[in-house]
Amino acid sequence: MTTTRRAAVLGGNRIPFARQFGPYAEASNQDMLTAALEGLVARHGLAGERLGEVAAGAVIKHSRDFNLTREAVLGSSLSPQTPAYDVQQACGTGLEAAVLVANKIALGQVDSGIAGGVDSASDAPVVVPERLRRKLLRLSRARTAGQRARAAAALRPTDLGVQVPAATEPRTGMSMGEHMALTAARWGIERQAQDELALASHHNLAAAYERGFFDDLVTPYLGLTRDQNLRPDTTLEKLASLRTAFGTGPEATLTAGNSTPLSDGASTVLLGTPEWAQAHGLTPLAWFVDAETAAVDYVGGEEGLLLAPAYAVPRLLARQGLTLADFDLYEIHEAFASTVLTTLAAWEDEEFCHERLGLDAPLGAIDRDRLNVTGSSLAAGHPFAATGGRIVATLAKLLHEKGSGARGLVSICAAGGQGVVAILEAA
Amino acid sequence: MARSDRYTAFVNTGVGARLATSLGLPRPVPLRRYTPGQPVTEGQVLVGGHGDTPAVTALRGGLTAAGVSLTETPPEQERLGGVVLDLTAAETPADLESLRATLAPALRRLGRCARVVVVGRDPRGAGSPAQRAARRALEGVTRSVAKELREGATANLVLTGDGHEAAALGTVLFFLSARSAYVDGQVVRVGDAEVDTAAESPEGPLTGKVAVVTGAARGIGADIARTLARDGATLVCVDVPAAGAQLAQVANEVGGTALQLDVTSEDAGARILDHARTRHGGLDVVVHNAGITRDKLLANTDADRWGSVLQVNLLSILRMNEALLAKDGLRDGGRVVLVSSIAGIAGNRGQSSYAASKAGVIGLVDGYSCDPGLRRRGVTVNAVAPGFIETEMTARIPLATREVGRRLSSLAQGGLPVDVAETIAYFAADAQSAVSGNVLRVCGQSLLGA
Repeated sequence: MTTTRRAAVLGGNRIPFARQFGPYAEASNQDMLTAALEGLVARHGLAGERLGEVAAGAVIKHSRDFNLTREAVLGSSLSPQTPAYDVQQACGTGLEAAVLVANKIALGQVDSGIAGGVDSASDAPVVVPERLRRKLLRLSRARTAGQRARAAAALRPTDLGVQVPAATEPRTGMSMGEHMALTAARWGIERQAQDELALASHHNLAAAYERGFFDDLVTPYLGLTRDQNLRPDTTLEKLASLRTAFGTGPEATLTAGNSTPLSDGASTVLLGTPEWAQAHGLTPLAWFVDAETAAVDYVGGEEGLLLAPAYAVPRLLARQGLTLADFDLYEIHEAFASTVLTTLAAWEDEEFCHERLGLDAPLGAIDRDRLNVTGSSLAAGHPFAATGGRIVATLAKLLHEKGSGARGLVSICAAGGQGVVAILEAA
Repeated sequence: MARSDRYTAFVNTGVGARLATSLGLPRPVPLRRYTPGQPVTEGQVLVGGHGDTPAVTALRGGLTAAGVSLTETPPEQERLGGVVLDLTAAETPADLESLRATLAPALRRLGRCARVVVVGRDPRGAGSPAQRAARRALEGVTRSVAKELREGATANLVLTGDGHEAAALGTVLFFLSARSAYVDGQVVRVGDAEVDTAAESPEGPLTGKVAVVTGAARGIGADIARTLARDGATLVCVDVPAAGAQLAQVANEVGGTALQLDVTSEDAGARILDHARTRHGGLDVVVHNAGITRDKLLANTDADRWGSVLQVNLLSILRMNEALLAKDGLRDGGRVVLVSSIAGIAGNRGQSSYAASKAGVIGLVDGYSCDPGLRRRGVTVNAVAPGFIETEMTARIPLATREVGRRLSSLAQGGLPVDVAETIAYFAADAQSAVSGNVLRVCGQSLLGA
């Protein structure tokens, strides 16, 4: 593929992330995505503007939200002539949406677009049991009185009940935390290292808020002005005192403190060509250079559910002729502190790099001072599809502050054994 | 009229009107307010005055072009939309008889929300004590007439320089029109700067201008943004990050941009300027509207409360203006409009910090408007001083106090945020290049500090 144009990240906006059943408990995905869009439109003066497209999505979706993004656009101040579509790739949704928009810009199919994501762990769809669903459908298909009577008679009180979807892998029946606990144990990731990473996330995010870094990245929503999960004054002692939440026995290391909480929130990123940016008085922050998605066999194979980024990054580096050390900033999504630590350990591990990645030498270590410098999901929270947009906008601004040529790596793990990674470069 | 002003609604019903009349209670009427395309006045405007009325001569063409129908004799039947009295040629107090002779019979023929505009000269430029007395007398008569007028009618005074009467056109039109609904019994001084009267399109006087409004997320600030946008300006809406949700709504409504920043931050001015330049190509109008109150009796006011009010309401303006008014800041012909308060003029119990800051704003207007550098660049600096305006803030005042605040003015009601906004839009227009250094009260001729 020959890239004829470069797609730039021009800015972003998100609403502060809330904890499940927090201030956004009553807000729907459409409400939150619309709010995030409205803040983006206001910040960049896009009211009435027809954009090339808006691509966004949610991981947990109601069946009525078959056109979630388009409905959010129609409820926003953007021109109603702006097309939109939904994307869904588990926690990779937000970043994948940005990849899609950036690619269309690079190919010359659109000049501008918005990528986004939203999720609510509070306003989740509730479904009836499969047995009841089938019987109800049979009842609605019935044409004659007799058919209707038979279908209705088949309903049993025991059919009643509701199911709330959980973050469980359908093929293993295990929750994401249980999967991660296994992987962490296999790699011998220590509790204290995980707590230290969580602590850094909170402190870095708090410091970024303090210096006004998020003033042009976040717009308050429903009275919340900062991420609800943020604990600026948390300490290693407090984190160490938490009980383990996933895994069993003395090997268990995952706690509520070093795992992301269920969260509600939405994020958006504005992308465009430099020409479109200039015509709208906007400054390109970073180029969207390249991206790669990998998937691993966590079902029959040996690999950890959340380790796909460990595979995606070396492939991306090889294509771009870069090494892991060639980056000024790393944004590795903190699904769990142990996800980040396992991924880093894997890249330093000779056996893993040789046998699993087919490399001659380990990918190497990274400078930890360049990792998640303004915090990540452990502190901010993780509304699944909204995390990609949060990271892309944050990293683009950080790179712009560093100056032209600065390079950043994004890595996001996702359910189903997938991982989306991307490279941004300061414009 | 605000929805919460039940009294005004009541006295405008049949029963209410009879009751109020028989009890001698105030009878406020819903004020005529501006909508685009509306005629300047409802009904003809009587013109007259003393001597050869040089101001009427200079203004006649402009008023007619704006669609005002002028007459020299009061009509037999119809109601007058307004009266323009030119006393610029008055030499001694004896000449004021011309005013009485024209105005007295006309007062009975005034329609609802009619306008009396007196045009005179600045007493400070008088050549003799008699002339100075005559000029100063105009203020007394105008303020008194304003208090005698009923049914939403207003009276205001415009002072113009010899040979520069045409520069007062924008001001006279403002006072005649519904834009000045809640401005009553006030004086505006028009200077001698050159005015390009032809440049302005009446429907979009701010077309092509870039305006920044601080404190734009809510209340009066939001209405300022809406009004400037309606008049054609491109808006930069500024408010603190915590107010971002409402700010985004306002910015999107007016098709502008939202800039979340704290006006007290060190680089606020530079960031506003940078935003206006990169997004919109420059900056023409600055409205320093952001303000807070931390009301307490002075005896109970600690340094924090005192300091925060002074920081936000006064010191931040000084700091931002270092960048905004620098040579590479506001473009030539720029406009700075500050928001003072009636409390800054009259003082208010429990508001010593607020009154200090708002009186300080008047000092800023005086200081900046005399700055020779700004004058050379055609930058004007004025302030509005709102009286009782119906906002979320005043809605929280206890009922009795609120009612007193509303009725203690010639118009016997509170003003609306849009009334303040209209006055700011008037100062911001190109036509007002000779209007600088004024502090215009938007108070319905409140008795406070009058």
